Amino acid sequence: MLCDECKSRTACMHIIKIVNNQKTEKNLCAECAKAAGEISLSFDTQSYVHDFLKGIFNHGLFVDPQMLRGQESCSECGMTYTDFNRKGKVGCSACYTVFGGQFEPLLKRIHGSSSHTGKIPKRNGGTLKIRQQIKKIRQQLEQYVINEEYEKAVLLRDEIKNLEKEIGLNGKGE
Amino acid sequence: MSMENLLDQPFVHWMSSGAQDGDIVLASRIRLARNLEGIPFPQRANGEQLSQVVSQLKSSLCDLNSNEQSDYMFIDLEKLPLLERLVLVEKHIISPDHAREASNRAILVKQDTTVSIMVNEEDHLRIQCLMPGLNLVKAFTSANQVDDIIENKHALAFNEELGYLTSCPTNLGTGLRASVMVHLPALVLTGQINRIVNAVIQLGLTVRGLYGEGTEAVGNIFQISNQLTLGFTEQEIIDNLYSVVKQVVDHERTARGGLYADTTDMLVDRVWRAYGTLKYARSISGQEALALLSDVRMGYELGIINEGSHCNFNELMVITRPNFLQKMSDCPELSGNERKKLRAQIIREKLTNKD
Repeated sequence: MLCDECKSRTACMHIIKIVNNQKTEKNLCAECAKAAGEISLSFDTQSYVHDFLKGIFNHGLFVDPQMLRGQESCSECGMTYTDFNRKGKVGCSACYTVFGGQFEPLLKRIHGSSSHTGKIPKRNGGTLKIRQQIKKIRQQLEQYVINEEYEKAVLLRDEIKNLEKEIGLNGKGE
Repeated sequence: MSMENLLDQPFVHWMSSGAQDGDIVLASRIRLARNLEGIPFPQRANGEQLSQVVSQLKSSLCDLNSNEQSDYMFIDLEKLPLLERLVLVEKHIISPDHAREASNRAILVKQDTTVSIMVNEEDHLRIQCLMPGLNLVKAFTSANQVDDIIENKHALAFNEELGYLTSCPTNLGTGLRASVMVHLPALVLTGQINRIVNAVIQLGLTVRGLYGEGTEAVGNIFQISNQLTLGFTEQEIIDNLYSVVKQVVDHERTARGGLYADTTDMLVDRVWRAYGTLKYARSISGQEALALLSDVRMGYELGIINEGSHCNFNELMVITRPNFLQKMSDCPELSGNERKKLRAQIIREKLTNKD
């Protein structure tokens, strides 16, 4: 089968695209597929993700038009929410604070969660690590209370108290 | 490895044979996305700010060399011609995005090429570790160590709730993208690949053809990677990927065994025909070379064929990529036909010479 684009080389891939409910199918050779951006030689999937991220908010069922009109800009880098919508990329770390409220539903959509539980940089101090530990122990404690395992719950309550004291003693509390 | 070797020698560490599950898993990769505090992310930063990031990271060379007990090379991408940057892409040392835009961009590469740090790609830092076979834990340990060395010297953009802050919200949290390159010819031949891919996607992972979109992966090479980076620990992300890949590997092994048992003659013929074409062809396209190399690689792993087993097929897959061929040739610009001829010639030489 010949390539639908150049009509000279043999087609080696069949590409189906659905855009706005319009389905198109093409048989392309490697060169034409590459030229059309259908072939990648990378370990990265980011470029495809950005296409979806751009304007992901514009297609939600419960989009607040007020939010989309917001022209508030980041004091550090000048990014507006419209810029983010256009590019799908955040300008700087301060943007996450400035547009925190707007990002939260998006993060829930992408990750199903908006709370980090992984590695913490050492320079952010042990305090944060201890707070994460307390959070985990509290969840466990609640489970014990539900299961009426009060002796175990008491032990965890004491552990939480000790950890909280440790944060207080370091002078780096909440 | 010197700069010349990095560009001229096709072999890099991730291509080593004999690694865990190396008959099916070509390589494992860990990538950590990080940004420096107080400087806009690369796509919003100006030239001066980007240059500041490069010099800050360059100042970490000494720490990396002393802590890692290895020499790191600093490569200013602006000083590399586009072709050489694209060769680094084909060897998976840098990403296509990093090769496209060279201004104020750099890489730090570990002597043994297992670690490369891209500076000012989509994020200020992309710490990448590539290991042969299924080696995610070792790759993560290595990347994590580099991350510790860098954060010891530089404040990284981090938020208690969101974790490591990244240019793209899809990398937030751990900033971790763990991927494996797998060779799945038997699952493709037996028509099971779509079922497997769908199952893997259901488990929160992404599957792509390494040299093509969707499931029509040229050379039957796929990459499987985690999709989510926030709300899970690094350990959980790696465990999930590892256990799913292990199952995919088992399915591929079963499919290979079944294929060999049920259609021995057809499979043996297919493998030898592929080998024959590769050994004698005078002109061969990149697509065809990858497809035939895939058959021969499977034949070699199944013990159908022993000829050419001295060759490293991972290396051959890189050698036959267009930019590497251009780099090896003496011509200023190869035409499509010249490239096909050179590709066929290199494969013939590799299969014939037991260097």
